[in-house]
Amino acid sequence: MMNEQTTNWFAACRVEDAVENGGVCVKYRDEQIALFYFTRRNEWYATQNECPHRKQMALSRGMIGTSAGEPKVACPFHKKTFSLRSGECLNDHECAIRTYPVKVENGLVYIGVGQHEPTLNSVPASAPSENHVTL
Amino acid sequence: MVGFKFCEKLSSKSDLFNIVVFGEEPRRAYDRVHLSEYFNGKTTDDLALSPEAWYHERGITLFLNDPVLKIDRSEKTVFSGSGRKVAYDFLVLATGSAAFVPGIPGIEKEGVFVYRTIDDLDLIKNYSVHAKNGVVMGGGLLGLEAAKALIDLGIEKTHVVEFAPRLMPRQVDDHASFMLASKLKELGLEIHLNQNTSAVEGADRIQSLLFRDGSRLAADILVISAGIRPRDELAKQAGIRVGERGGIIVDDTMQTSDPSVFAIGECALYNHTIYGLVAPGYEMAEVLASNLCGEAKRFSGFDMSTKLKLIGVDVASFGDPFIQEPECKTIVFEDHHKKIYKRININKEGTRLLGGILIGDASAYNLLLQTVNNKMALPPDPGEMILGPRGSGQTNPGAGVAALPESALICSCEGVTKGAICQAVSQQGCESVDAIKKCTKAGTGCGGCVPMIKDLVTYTMKSNGKHIRNIVCEHFNYSRQELLDLIKIHKLYSYDEVLDSLGKGDGCETCKPLISSLLASLWNEMILKRGNDTAQDSNDRFLANIQKGGTYSVVPRIPGGEITPQKLMVIAEVAGKYNLYTKITGGQRIDMFGAHLSDLPHIWEELISAGFESGHAYGKGLRTVKSCVGSTWCRFGLHDSVSFAIRIENRYKGLRAPHKFKSAVSGCIRECAEAQSKDFGIIATEKGWNLYVCGNGGSKPQHALLLATDLDSETCIRYIDRFLMFYILTADPLTRTATWLNKMEGGIDYLRDVVVHDSLGMAGQWEAEIEVLLNSYQCEWKQAVETPEIRKRFSHFVNAPEEKDPAVKFEKLRDQKKAVDWTAATGA
Ligand code: SRM
Ligand SMILES: Cc1cc2nc3c(=O)[nH]c(=O)nc-3n(C[C@H](O)[C@H](O)[C@H](O)COP(=O)(O)OP(=O)(O)OC[C@H]3O[C@@H](n4cnc5c(N)ncnc54)[C@H](O)[C@@H]3O)c2cc1C
Ligand code: SF4
Ligand code: FES
Repeated sequence: MMNEQTTNWFAACRVEDAVENGGVCVKYRDEQIALFYFTRRNEWYATQNECPHRKQMALSRGMIGTSAGEPKVACPFHKKTFSLRSGECLNDHECAIRTYPVKVENGLVYIGVGQHEPTLNSVPASAPSENHVTL
Repeated sequence: MVGFKFCEKLSSKSDLFNIVVFGEEPRRAYDRVHLSEYFNGKTTDDLALSPEAWYHERGITLFLNDPVLKIDRSEKTVFSGSGRKVAYDFLVLATGSAAFVPGIPGIEKEGVFVYRTIDDLDLIKNYSVHAKNGVVMGGGLLGLEAAKALIDLGIEKTHVVEFAPRLMPRQVDDHASFMLASKLKELGLEIHLNQNTSAVEGADRIQSLLFRDGSRLAADILVISAGIRPRDELAKQAGIRVGERGGIIVDDTMQTSDPSVFAIGECALYNHTIYGLVAPGYEMAEVLASNLCGEAKRFSGFDMSTKLKLIGVDVASFGDPFIQEPECKTIVFEDHHKKIYKRININKEGTRLLGGILIGDASAYNLLLQTVNNKMALPPDPGEMILGPRGSGQTNPGAGVAALPESALICSCEGVTKGAICQAVSQQGCESVDAIKKCTKAGTGCGGCVPMIKDLVTYTMKSNGKHIRNIVCEHFNYSRQELLDLIKIHKLYSYDEVLDSLGKGDGCETCKPLISSLLASLWNEMILKRGNDTAQDSNDRFLANIQKGGTYSVVPRIPGGEITPQKLMVIAEVAGKYNLYTKITGGQRIDMFGAHLSDLPHIWEELISAGFESGHAYGKGLRTVKSCVGSTWCRFGLHDSVSFAIRIENRYKGLRAPHKFKSAVSGCIRECAEAQSKDFGIIATEKGWNLYVCGNGGSKPQHALLLATDLDSETCIRYIDRFLMFYILTADPLTRTATWLNKMEGGIDYLRDVVVHDSLGMAGQWEAEIEVLLNSYQCEWKQAVETPEIRKRFSHFVNAPEEKDPAVKFEKLRDQKKAVDWTAATGA
């Protein structure tokens, strides 16, 4: 989990620039981050803007909502949906997106970008090797 | 394919194995079964069985483009082409098969191909550009697929040459082959049976085929599909036992003659049989993965029943298709007009189904296959199973699934039974096909069982006493129809108001666009106002269709397809200035593709000042009203179809509905505007206009039906008003008019009663209501560019509004640009 003390907070935009109940795309260095203002729940979320399905920079343009209480975003391309909390894909478990912490202070929205958490995609699954199978 | 399935099964059963995969092909495992779709627009990424990260996530090491060349069994080590050396405890061979190429003189000539891999397809595609005469050698399942591919590639004449006296000799009988051949001829294939090729002729390139009977056939391209050869060369070289006619011999645990080496899929020979289909291969993968994890499972052969759509023709064979009288009794149905052939073989007592063949209509396949496999009792008149009661061709699917035993295998690709599916419905709350797919994997392979899963879900829910109501989603306990009435009664204007008063939770991507569409149909306000923008589907939210790469298309309205030279120049200028790809659409207008989000307001500002309006190509509402040139120029024209089309298009533009709708006006019965394929279509007659309704192009084309004849223009419009209001108020979400009518009790006669004879007494009210909607029309793009808070949304970066999305990439194509393919953009 991301640790408050070591997080590097980046000022993304003012609250009124964000779109209510929807997303905007934030440029941070060479990265694109999707920032969501879930006004109905008074919650903020940030995730990578790229949809891992076809690598499209599109999640900020997706519709947000909930599924059994879990906040999620649906990619506009093929409607794959991702949990805004965990980044997990809710249609299949084969891809996931990176999420970032968000905080609001004095009307400014900050995204925590300091540490690069390993995403699901880049965690090397550790496989104790008792047996080898080759094909 | 089978190797991949094995990795999936093994890695989900256990994480004790360190899996290393060598693949000879340059790409990740892909779906060979749907290979031909590569020619219809599917990309290598679409065909891939897993995303790039899949192997990594499961800790599987993958070496692509690196065939294993040698097995050293005493050292338990394999050696690969690139020099890799990997030790194994267990070695699994899933090397598949290769096309069998007969040793005919000249077969090595340029222009001769096989059909097995994506690389083969690329070669064929490149070579076929100048080919006029295409020939496929082999009229089996794969050969016919290859022939279809040649047709799709635009080869003028495609021939199929088969050595045997019939097509698909392994699956169907002579009668079925005859029916299939005559259907295929209609579709433009030339079939040559009983032809034995003796030479491939030509200088370096193929020019013709010479047959044993002395005749010749011109050919610029030849695709060989004369059977498969299991790839057992590696095993053979390593001294593992192989069959006399090829194939690595395995026992019922998939073990070869070396206890550490296994073979699965098309390279494995079990009980003297090579199983050239994917489902048995997957079963072998399951058996092997289970055994390696200590579960005792045995492979006991596999049913080779198949159902395919070949070149648009249903072909199925199941059980024992060939058994003949007197061992059985057969019931045959032949219809030479519609080219349908059905045969079932039943046992002598008439109590059990043994097998059969279906050509032209395989809708009964799933049920028949289940009846064979589960040895189910036959109805008193077994003929009904292929004819339906009283020959009406109708079968009752619900009744069918109820009778199946719990153990009936529904999805053979994934090995899921009826019991497992019903349990997922009852106990895990899976109440849709998607939920079942996710929970049980049923239906995720070839997809053939999906209709049956649907029936099973419905049947289980019904028998659990669940009322199947078409509720919108978890946030609204109402149907679309109910919501529409409630929104109207409570006078709600925004998505949030609707959710607060009628729903619960926070909404989702299903209810948001649906309610947005209802609000638009009821009030016709600017769709991006009142905070409704984020409740719109992405295309509506940005008033443009999103495209590959994240750019948008720009489609101005060109009513009736009529446009002045001046306006054409404006389009040319705008497209030039913003570097847009231009194309004439199938709807008689001009589409400009590849616009950056932030350029959209500038582009539209320029178009609007030249007199253009939004074409609503992104919305569920009126698209185009196509016209033919009509009586102003055409020597056959009866009325001025262009003027009427323009009038109709301008009348209904901006009107939102459950789905998009389209129209056309033709100046005479020659029908050059294709009005009978539209949601409503108008054709001039000597005395006025004929009005047709509920036609559809698209994936399930359907002709429009005649609603009323010889109407004057005013009456015609009145009927259209009523028709559209009736549709808008009562259709299910995302239902085109054709489907809406198909579900309507009483069909076109009922619809005519309502629209023409006003049987519901609603005509007056609908005419008044539509007038209000039409009068409130405003061009959405004009409002968007003129309203600063809406306009502001059209930028890619909220914190750098002037910058464009750097991820957008184009490449050159002919003299214009195109979006970079999904795959190329990712470097995969
Ligand atoms: C541009 C165009 C193809 C072309 O280059 O010619 C086109 C492009 C698209 N069509 Fe189409 N259709 C186009 C004419 C047609 C036609 C021909 C016609 O209208 O005469 C049809 C068959 C007629 C019909 O609809 O009955 C057609 C049947 C479809 C369908 C299938 C509808 C169905 O009921 O089965 C879809 C999918 C859908 O709407 O769900 C579709 C969906 C699409 C979408 C919106 C797919 C998408 O969501 O991205 C494409 C948008 C491309 C883009 O980025 O702008 N398009 N599409 C044509 C635009 C016409 C226009 O001027 O507005
Ligand atoms: C056009 C077409 C349509 C088809 N349609 C259907 C259908 O409708 N229904 C159906 O059930 N089946 C269909 N099939 C058959 C189905 O595709 C096969 O049964 C299935 O692919 C077999 O899987 P496999 O893993 O055994 O072999 P493959 O999928 O062929 O995989 C074997 C892989 O091993 C590689 N390989 C071989 N030797 C080595 C080596 N020494 N080192 C490393 N790699 C090696 C090969 O390059 C290949 O990539 C179709 C096949 C084709 C070609
Ligand atoms: S334009 Fe229409 S037919 Fe062509 S690829 Fe897109 S949706 Fe399919
Ligand atoms: S690109 Fe996002 S779902 Fe396909």
